[in-house]
Amino acid sequence: MIKRFGDFTAVDGIDVDVQAGEAFGFLGPNGAGKSSTMRMIGCVSPPTDGVLEILGMDPRRDGSAIRARLGVCPQLDNLDAELTVRENLVTYARFFGISRATARRRADELLDFVQLGERADSKTEPLSGGMKRRLTIARALVNEPDIVLLDEPTTGLDPQARHLVWERLFRLKQQGVTLVLTTHYMDEAEQLCDRLVVMDGGKIVAEGSPRELIERHSTREVVELRFTAEDQGMYGEKLDGVADRVEVLPDRVLLYADDGDYALAEVHRRSLSPASALVRRAGLEDVFLQLTGRTLVD
Amino acid sequence: MTSSVYVLEYHLVNYRRTWRSSALSTLVLPLLTMLGFGLGVGAYVKSGVDGTAYLDWIVPGLIASTAAQTALGEATWPVLSSFEWLKVYFAQAAAPLRVTDILGGHLAFMMFRVLVSTIAFLLVAAAFGTLRSGWTLAVLPLSVLVGFSVAAPVVAYTASIRVDSYLAILFRFAVLPMTLFSGVFFPIEALPGPLRWLAWALPLSHGVDLTRAATLGLNPGVAGLWQALYLLAWCVTGWFLARWRFERRLVI
Repeated sequence: MIKRFGDFTAVDGIDVDVQAGEAFGFLGPNGAGKSSTMRMIGCVSPPTDGVLEILGMDPRRDGSAIRARLGVCPQLDNLDAELTVRENLVTYARFFGISRATARRRADELLDFVQLGERADSKTEPLSGGMKRRLTIARALVNEPDIVLLDEPTTGLDPQARHLVWERLFRLKQQGVTLVLTTHYMDEAEQLCDRLVVMDGGKIVAEGSPRELIERHSTREVVELRFTAEDQGMYGEKLDGVADRVEVLPDRVLLYADDGDYALAEVHRRSLSPASALVRRAGLEDVFLQLTGRTLVD
Repeated sequence: MTSSVYVLEYHLVNYRRTWRSSALSTLVLPLLTMLGFGLGVGAYVKSGVDGTAYLDWIVPGLIASTAAQTALGEATWPVLSSFEWLKVYFAQAAAPLRVTDILGGHLAFMMFRVLVSTIAFLLVAAAFGTLRSGWTLAVLPLSVLVGFSVAAPVVAYTASIRVDSYLAILFRFAVLPMTLFSGVFFPIEALPGPLRWLAWALPLSHGVDLTRAATLGLNPGVAGLWQALYLLAWCVTGWFLARWRFERRLVI
């Protein structure tokens, strides 16, 4: 699937297969093409080239019918700030042709589901970021969708709100709803995704379950060393060979090894004494940085 | 088609919040303009216009102008907000609605607003005894015709801009001259040639003529038919322009 905007290629030939009931993630830095991909799946942006099939239908022909079975939670909340919390859900449900009575009943159920029941009659504008996010997710569920698309569902939320959103999304997954999400939070991907792809520059650079990706692209453990000296760079040579891979950053040195404690012992054997040392399991973040680099993308 | 009704319904739910404050201005504004122009200026226009008392002559012009103003108000900031600030169009586009439903539903709501302010004006005008004919009822469809002929192209314009300073330009250089030169306050024949042509080119002047014929019970003749068709051409062209601009923004 390809998406071009003029000369710029946002999505450069990706090939993805999502199974029903699966939680599938698109990971990548800003500008990787995640949101463009999501808009194509959401049938509001026709692919420039390639084949896209959703629920067995062709978005070019059946966009409206597909959207009727999707729930979309966009990156930026586009709730109607001037309506009440409940009105936001009821008016949106009407766009799906849901009767007023059903819409009202479902709105109340969903508000309980996202723990906004008490705010049903308050204006949407003054809600906190976390509440708006939950309301947007509730709105994405008014049509009891088969697939829910979530574009960075917890960006900008505090930890409590994030965990609440994750818990609710997990419950949806248990109910058999297919989740397709983008994120640049590795813990989110590890929490929610059965399978994911890492995107960079519009292409897929890795694919698999979180565990597979860590095994394939990183060592089992990572040792983080901090030295007191201003220049960590001089340690690069001295540490050569203590681990599978040594990465020298401005503020610390990372050792990638399957046995972190052994690597750390080796460091001490070489008479190097870091100010602090931390042995931890490798995570998706290590995979992500390994695959997409450390350069800041804005 | 049915889906645009849901969009209309959404706008009505939204309107329910503000209708009280807007209802007051909908009634007070015609009252003030009628007192100010009709009675105030009218006192100096003793001979009337074309044998009609000035107040009776100006009221239909004010009605058509109000229809256009209401349509303009709804076709500018609310549309810009739906794209840029509240972004509700994008939320609607993610639902099964199609671009024509989103646009059609919003335009239908604009016409509802036009009808409400037209009816309010008619009630005030009736209280002043300035409505002379049973043909006055034709003012209702006429106001929708005028409103749509203005709203549709302006929606297309608003869908093409990103910041509201372009709306100020629209009002200063298009709306203000149109209101002044369209025969609302004085006959177009009083204008110098080029301005007269400008007035005829813009939709409002024809709406004013037709509305005036209706409230005064005059026969607009074949010319009236052509004027209605001319307004219809603005409606149709405006609709296609607006649809094109909406697709450019919503399907990317």
